[in-house]
Amino acid sequence: MTGLLTNFYADALTRDTWWIQLIRVLLLIVPILTLVPGLIWWERRLLSWMQDRVGPNRVGPWGLLQPIADGVKLFFKEDITPAAVDRAIYFMAPAIALFPAFALGATMPWGSVDPDSPYRLLTPVADVPIGILYMMAVSSLGVYGVVLGGYASNNKYSLLGGLRSSAQLISYELAMGVSLACIVLASGSLRMTDMVKVQEGPLWGIGGLPIQNWFFFTPYGFLAGVIFLICMVAETNRAPFDLPEAENELIAGYHTEYSSMKFAVYFMGEYAAMFVFSGIFAAVFLGGWNPLPIRWEAIGLGGLNHFLKILGPLFFITKMAFGISVYIWLRATLPRLRYDQLMDLGWKSLLPLAALNLIGIATWQYVSSVYGAGTAIPVGTAFVILAAIILGFVLITRKANARDFKPRTVRYVDAGKGSVEVAETGAPS
Amino acid sequence: MNGVPLIFYLGLGLFMFTTGVVGVIIRRNPIVIFMCIELMLNAVNLTFLAFARYQPSVLVTNTDQLNASAMHGQMMVIFVMAVAAAEVAVGLGIIMAIFRLRDDIDIDELNLLRG
Amino acid sequence: MQNLTQQVPLLFFGAVAGVAAMAAVGVVAFGSAIRSALCLVLNFFLLSILYFTLGSQTLGIIQIVVYTGAIMVLFLFVIMLLNLGGIKILHEKRDPRLILGGVLGLGLFALIATQILLPLQRVTQPRAAQDFGKPESLGVTLFSGYVWPFELASFLLLIGIVGSILLAKRRILPSERQEDSVRSLESGEVAG
Repeated sequence: MTGLLTNFYADALTRDTWWIQLIRVLLLIVPILTLVPGLIWWERRLLSWMQDRVGPNRVGPWGLLQPIADGVKLFFKEDITPAAVDRAIYFMAPAIALFPAFALGATMPWGSVDPDSPYRLLTPVADVPIGILYMMAVSSLGVYGVVLGGYASNNKYSLLGGLRSSAQLISYELAMGVSLACIVLASGSLRMTDMVKVQEGPLWGIGGLPIQNWFFFTPYGFLAGVIFLICMVAETNRAPFDLPEAENELIAGYHTEYSSMKFAVYFMGEYAAMFVFSGIFAAVFLGGWNPLPIRWEAIGLGGLNHFLKILGPLFFITKMAFGISVYIWLRATLPRLRYDQLMDLGWKSLLPLAALNLIGIATWQYVSSVYGAGTAIPVGTAFVILAAIILGFVLITRKANARDFKPRTVRYVDAGKGSVEVAETGAPS
Repeated sequence: MNGVPLIFYLGLGLFMFTTGVVGVIIRRNPIVIFMCIELMLNAVNLTFLAFARYQPSVLVTNTDQLNASAMHGQMMVIFVMAVAAAEVAVGLGIIMAIFRLRDDIDIDELNLLRG
Repeated sequence: MQNLTQQVPLLFFGAVAGVAAMAAVGVVAFGSAIRSALCLVLNFFLLSILYFTLGSQTLGIIQIVVYTGAIMVLFLFVIMLLNLGGIKILHEKRDPRLILGGVLGLGLFALIATQILLPLQRVTQPRAAQDFGKPESLGVTLFSGYVWPFELASFLLLIGIVGSILLAKRRILPSERQEDSVRSLESGEVAG
C-alpha cells in the first residue's frame, strides 16, 4: 500500500503512517461540520443587527441552539420526491454538491509547518506541490451538484437555476484562476504552505522592513485579493451573486424540488464551501496563521515566534470568521445583480483586470529580481499609478457612455385617441 | 505505477479510442458525437502519458534523453488539451447556431452542403 | 502477504480502469445525452486518477480543471439549453450503421492490439523518473523548448473564443432593433 502512495505523492503522503493521515483528515472535516451550525447562527444574528432587528434569540443563550433546532426540524420533515424526477441523478446531486465543499480544504494549511511547530504533522491534509491547482480543480467540480440538481428536478425553474449557475461558475472560475496565478508568480510556488511561508518574509522583499509580506498589502496582491474575494462569493452562489436561487424569479432555483435532508445537504455544502473559501483567502492573501503582519525577529522579539506558532490555528480561525463576516456583510449590503450585470462584471471587468494584474506582477518580479528588491518600490508606485489611470479612464468612458443618451422619439398607443407621438427629451432614467 | 505493465494502460487507451470511433459512427446526436471525439482525444492523452512514463524505446538509453522524451510526451498532452478546448468552444457554438436555424439537430438531416 | 501487497497497484489499476472503460461504453450506449455526458465526466475523473498513478500529477490536476471543470460543464450547459428549447428526442434508429460501426471498431481494436500492443507486452517497469510530472520541470520545458507552440496554442484559443462568440451571437440589425423597441412599447412595456 505504501508503494502505491509513494507513487502518488512521493513527498507528501508518506511522511507518516496512515493513522496520522486519518487524524489530519478528521481535523479538517470535524471542525467544519461542527462550526456550520455556529456559522448559520452567526449569519442570522449579524444580518439582524445590520438590519436593525434582533434575530433568533429564543432557543438557548442568545439563540445559540437555534441552528440545532432547525436541523432537527429539517431531519423530521417529510422527504418528498416528485414523481417526474430523474431519480438516479436526483438522489446523487446533493451528494455531489457536498463532496467538493469538504475536499476543497485538503491542501489548506491552518497552522505552521515549520520544523518547530506542533502542527507540522497535522496540517495540511496533503502538502502537495500542486496545492493551489488542486483547489481550483475541486472548486470547479462544485458546479455539478447544482447543475445536476437543476436538471434532475424536471422543473423549469430548477433548470433555469442550474443553467445560470453553470454559466456563472465558468465565468468566475476564469478570473479566479488568473488572480491566483498572480499569487503563484509572486510566491514562485503552487504549494500552499510555500505561499504562507513567502508571506512571512519582509514586505515587498525589502530586507530591513519589520512588516510581513502579506499579499493583501502589496499592490498586485491587493488587486488579486479583491478579485478573488468577488469570485469566491460568486463561486459559492452567495448574495449578491445568488442568481441560481433568486427567489423572486426562480422560486428557489436548483433546489426548488428538494426537501428535508436533501435540502439540508445542499445547504450544508454551501456553508462548508464558504468556510473553506474563507480559509483559502486567509492562507493565500492574509498571511495564513500569522496573527499580525509583524516580523518579530526583525524588532528583536524573535522569541515570540514559537509562542505564536502554537496559537496559530486560533488566529487562522479568526481570519476565517472575518472572511465569513465579509460574506454576510455583502449579503446585507448589496442587492442581487441582474444577469447581464453579472456577466459584464465577470468578463468585462474582473477578467481584464486580473490579466493586467498578471502583467504587472510579472514586471514587478522581473525588475526586482534583476535590479534588486529596492527598485520594486518605484515600479510598484508606477504600477499603482498606471492602474489608477486605467481604472479612471474606464470609469470616465463608462460615465460618458451612460450620459450619451440622445433625446428619443417614443411612439406609444393611447387606447382612447389612437397613435400619439411624444418627443421625450433627456435620458430615460 | 510499479507492477502494472505498460500494455494495461495502452489497452485502456485503445478500448476508449475504439469506443469513441464506434460512437462517432453509430450515434446521430451531434453533441454525443462530439463527446465521443473527446473520448478519443483523452484515450490518446492516456497513451502519450503511458509512453512518456514507461519509455519502451530501446534506442533511448542515456538519462538526459530519457528525461527529455518524458517531457515531450507531457507537452503533447498539454497541447492536445488546448486544441480540444478550442475545438469544443467552436463546435458547441456551431451546434447552437444550427439549432437556432433549424430547430433540429439530427446529424442525418443536416445536408445543406449537398450539391 | 508479500504477494498481496505486490498486487495492490494492479488491483487498484484494474478497478479504476474497469470503471473508466464502462463509463466509456456508457457514453456511446446511453440514449439521453445528459447520461452520456455524466459518463464522460466520470471517465475523465478516473483518467485523472490514472495520470496520478503514472506519476504525472500536474497533468492529472489540469485534466480535472480543463475537462471535468470546464469542457464538460460547457457540454452540460448546451445540452440543458437545447432541452429548454423543447428539442425533439432523437430516436436512434437501428440501421446498418450499427453493424458497420461494430465491425469497424472490432477491426480497429484487433489491428492496433496485435500490431502495436502485443510487441510491448514485456514492458513492465517505468523508466522515466518518479517525479517527472512535477510542475517545476513541466513549466521549465513548456517555457523553454516549447515557447512557440505555446504561443501558437494561445493564438488558437483566442481564435476559438472569437469564433464561438461570432457563431453563438444573434445578429440584430439596426432596423430590427428599432422595430423591437416600438413593439415593446406598444405592448405596454416601457423601456428603461
